[in-house]
Amino acid sequence: MKRTRSYLAPTALALAAAIGFSAPVTAAENGKFRVGIVTFLSGAAAGPFGVPSLNGAKLVIDALNEGKVPAPYGLKGINGLEIETVIVDENGGASKQVEEFRNLAERHKVDAVIGYISSGDCLAIAPVAEELKLTTVLFDCGTSRLFEENKAPTYVFRTGLDAAIDNIGAARYLIDSGRKLESVASIQQNYAWGHDSWGDFSAAIKQLKPGVKVTTEQLPKLFQGQYGAEISALSVSKPDVIHSSFWGGDMEAFVLQGNARGLFDKRTAVLTCGESALDRFKGQAPNGLVIGARGPFGAFAPENTLSTWFRTAYRSSAEMDPTYPAFKMAQAILGLKAAVEKAAGKPGVIPAKEEVARSFKGLSFESVSGTVRMARANGHQALQGIAYGEYKFDAKSDKATIANVKSYSGECVTPPDGTTAADWIKAGFPGAQCN
Amino acid sequence: MTTLYAILIDGMIYASWLFMVAAGLTVIYGVMRILNMAHGSFYSIGAYTGASLVGWYFSGAQGAPYWSYALLLGAALVSGVVVGLLIEQGLLQFMYKRDEILMVIVTYALLLILEDATKLIFGVDPYFTFQPYSLLGRSEIGELTFANYDLALIAVAAVIGAACWLTLNRTHTGKVLRAVIQDREIAIAMGVNVKLMFAATFVVGTTLGAIAGALTAPAISVSPGIGVEVIVLAFAVVVVGGLGSIEGAIVGALLVGITRAAAVHLAPQIELFVIYGVMALVLAVRPQGLFGRDLARKI
Amino acid sequence: MLKLDKTEIWLVVSALVLLASAFLLPNWLTFILTLALAKALVVQGVVIQMRAGLVSFGQGLFFCIGGYSVGMGGAFLNIHDAFVLVALGVAASVGVAAILGLLMTRYRDIFFAMLSLALSMILYGLIVKNQALGSTDGFNVHDVSFLGWMPAGEDQKLVIFVLTVIVAGGIAIALNRYMKSGLGGVNEAIKENEIRVEFLGLSPRWILYANYLFAAGISAVGGAFTALATGHVDPEMAFWTTSGEFVFIALLGGTSHVAAPFIAAVLFALVRTYALELAPHSWQMILGFVLLAIIVFLPKGLWSLVAGKRRAAA
Repeated sequence: MKRTRSYLAPTALALAAAIGFSAPVTAAENGKFRVGIVTFLSGAAAGPFGVPSLNGAKLVIDALNEGKVPAPYGLKGINGLEIETVIVDENGGASKQVEEFRNLAERHKVDAVIGYISSGDCLAIAPVAEELKLTTVLFDCGTSRLFEENKAPTYVFRTGLDAAIDNIGAARYLIDSGRKLESVASIQQNYAWGHDSWGDFSAAIKQLKPGVKVTTEQLPKLFQGQYGAEISALSVSKPDVIHSSFWGGDMEAFVLQGNARGLFDKRTAVLTCGESALDRFKGQAPNGLVIGARGPFGAFAPENTLSTWFRTAYRSSAEMDPTYPAFKMAQAILGLKAAVEKAAGKPGVIPAKEEVARSFKGLSFESVSGTVRMARANGHQALQGIAYGEYKFDAKSDKATIANVKSYSGECVTPPDGTTAADWIKAGFPGAQCN
Repeated sequence: MTTLYAILIDGMIYASWLFMVAAGLTVIYGVMRILNMAHGSFYSIGAYTGASLVGWYFSGAQGAPYWSYALLLGAALVSGVVVGLLIEQGLLQFMYKRDEILMVIVTYALLLILEDATKLIFGVDPYFTFQPYSLLGRSEIGELTFANYDLALIAVAAVIGAACWLTLNRTHTGKVLRAVIQDREIAIAMGVNVKLMFAATFVVGTTLGAIAGALTAPAISVSPGIGVEVIVLAFAVVVVGGLGSIEGAIVGALLVGITRAAAVHLAPQIELFVIYGVMALVLAVRPQGLFGRDLARKI
Repeated sequence: MLKLDKTEIWLVVSALVLLASAFLLPNWLTFILTLALAKALVVQGVVIQMRAGLVSFGQGLFFCIGGYSVGMGGAFLNIHDAFVLVALGVAASVGVAAILGLLMTRYRDIFFAMLSLALSMILYGLIVKNQALGSTDGFNVHDVSFLGWMPAGEDQKLVIFVLTVIVAGGIAIALNRYMKSGLGGVNEAIKENEIRVEFLGLSPRWILYANYLFAAGISAVGGAFTALATGHVDPEMAFWTTSGEFVFIALLGGTSHVAAPFIAAVLFALVRTYALELAPHSWQMILGFVLLAIIVFLPKGLWSLVAGKRRAAA
């Protein structure tokens, strides 16, 4: 008897563990609005993106729960219900994120999920969100494939912008700034983000200024950190402009090493994610470096009641200016709140998910970056403009600012529905309205 | 022409970094037969302590900026010795009789623990302490400009390599160590204090890792995960050169460093494969690595 | 008629219990179990080789081939039948293994580990380079049918769970037979002393080769089911940390019994998901301590709990 029981033990143990663990399932029927927040808490993306976005989320959610956010968001929490959060680390790859997303939906029974910085995670999550019918707001990931592949979304919304816009905007800014631009070089991290960014940028710049030469295309691996050979190769190839979609520690290291070696003495570089390190470069970046914030966020956000409130509140809690990931997270939360409240009609109830999806679609809401219209991908993708400017460091005040800012409207840099970003660029931006 | 010397100098700089990272790993394996998966964590501990100390120095203290180099080295020595000793005395010394592969897993567990511990202590925000890097200025070599700090690293790596080689081959301690490497049991029988030798070796190995991290810190942005990134690189270098051999680590680093620089200049598309390609090629031709010893087949 | 030994009876019973529980357990849990069982198949592949003394730090290679076969079969070859796709994955994987195995079987110890890692990383690099495959973002797997039947949504996940349990059970029985056969015993002997095995007139190299192919095949099955369940594939599957996780689980369970990898994989998944929830900032550390504790207190893996008890009872 004992012998057989010993065979059974492990199986029983595993099952018992599984069932036992599953006991503390609590439905969100506690009169609160439960939101899953997914962002990087570990790994290299945590510092530049994860932490600012989580700070932003905590700040906005606390302020909402205390009813302290300026109009039109005076109603406590979401639709008068206190917001409660389940925080998940985005590190660990797409299949783990799918598993965690299912946990959020079915174990934690969240009312909505806000999150995802990695494009791979967004692509994997989108169909699962549709299958589970869970309102999901993607706040940062930039892949153009999101709504190209999930053609008929119902529950998935993206309040951040498509990465193609970063690069179309960057190309336009370089042309409009009137600098010498006969050749460009590229240095990208060797993964989808880098490949896509360079693909869009090189297509756009060739379209806007035919005859531009590409001198070299460097693809160091992600998180390499040391760019000695790449910087030599870029220098030797003598481009007028260097384009890079680097982010985080890689970007800071590249700028530091490049600057120390005079790479930017005779030419400029454009960094599409540069704003996220605005306060961190500390004069180690050259003046005139062109930087963007992946939309009208961070230092590029317009002055309005919401952005002024957000900046002040963020500064007093985190002791630094909010960078673009914090803005984008705040925008996602406000968008969700606006959609839920519009769907509910009266305060104090959680509307059905179908209702939320219906009212989110095509919604226009006020945000820390101005008015946001969900006007692309059939009402599921935010339409906003983008701005670029030049890094300018003042040694006396030890403060960096952005000079020569130029903004482009959403209609100028965003492909219309029904065409992919790549096709739109190739066709010469038909229908673009630039002022 | 420019490309040629650019490849050589870039390759040398990268190789010296690779060697510094790999030296500690190969020392530990050579003497103790432990493939230390947590080696990268010592690199990152060194980088973090160095970066935070230097950051503190430049934001508060009013000393001469050149003292920051002493601080970097000091931070690496202290953190490498303290953490290394703690781990050897607190955990590893009880496991020396275990299987070689099991030790890999023990150090893998250490890697998981140390990664999170570093994160809990230093946070996830990158440390950007550039002062020691820009302080040394730059040199023009032909058409190209190099940072003097990077060039100085070549010298530092040479010193480390020479010190390791001389200790192992020209001192009494080195002789004893070689006896331990040849045959642990006989060495014990001859009265060698193997426990002490092991503790010393492990601490030297971890400190070398921490030094590599601390010296790299000013040139990069120190962020979570940098340790994991260097493990595979260090493994590749050590396997190419032959596990446990200092000469091997030098040659392995040069081979990988210069091949990579050549790839970046001539065919950037293949950069991602270079290191694994070199490793696979060398192993296919010489399974024990360039300087590895052939193992006698025991019947 | 097949005669089942005691282990096999218990494997069948466990599989039946799991199948029955599919209708009781919440969906998120069956999903975790599906992934854990699929992963356990790859771990079995690691364990087969480990019994003969070889540690593969690159089993992700075949895991990835299995997963990508499912994804690419749907996206490029217009194959939408789950069974055909899984078979495709196994065929591709074994085909690759047949070539690589000729090289790999010349290596032992740490060199086998490093070379397998290098090969897996080369596949990773190839996929990262490939824009049509979505580079690091990977791509979504098309919906599949099962012999013409195409369930939707939650039902589909349930079907995949049922299939995974049945296939895993079948493979487990096959592995058990192999382990207990004479040839299976030779593996232990190869681990102890290869040359003596040669003197007995057996060729260790060809036995290792067969192991390598078999491991590649079942790893591909694991990859294929993972792809079917998550609906997404990305090159992370071939990254060395993924392979490291397989080795981790293999040691967690121990190599002495065919059920050990399954239990270890399930426990690993549960520990991870709860560690992630309780301590989102330090879940890796928890895993690390669990692993250390097992090595210190249960050097032969979790299975030694069971085996130890059995010995005490006997």
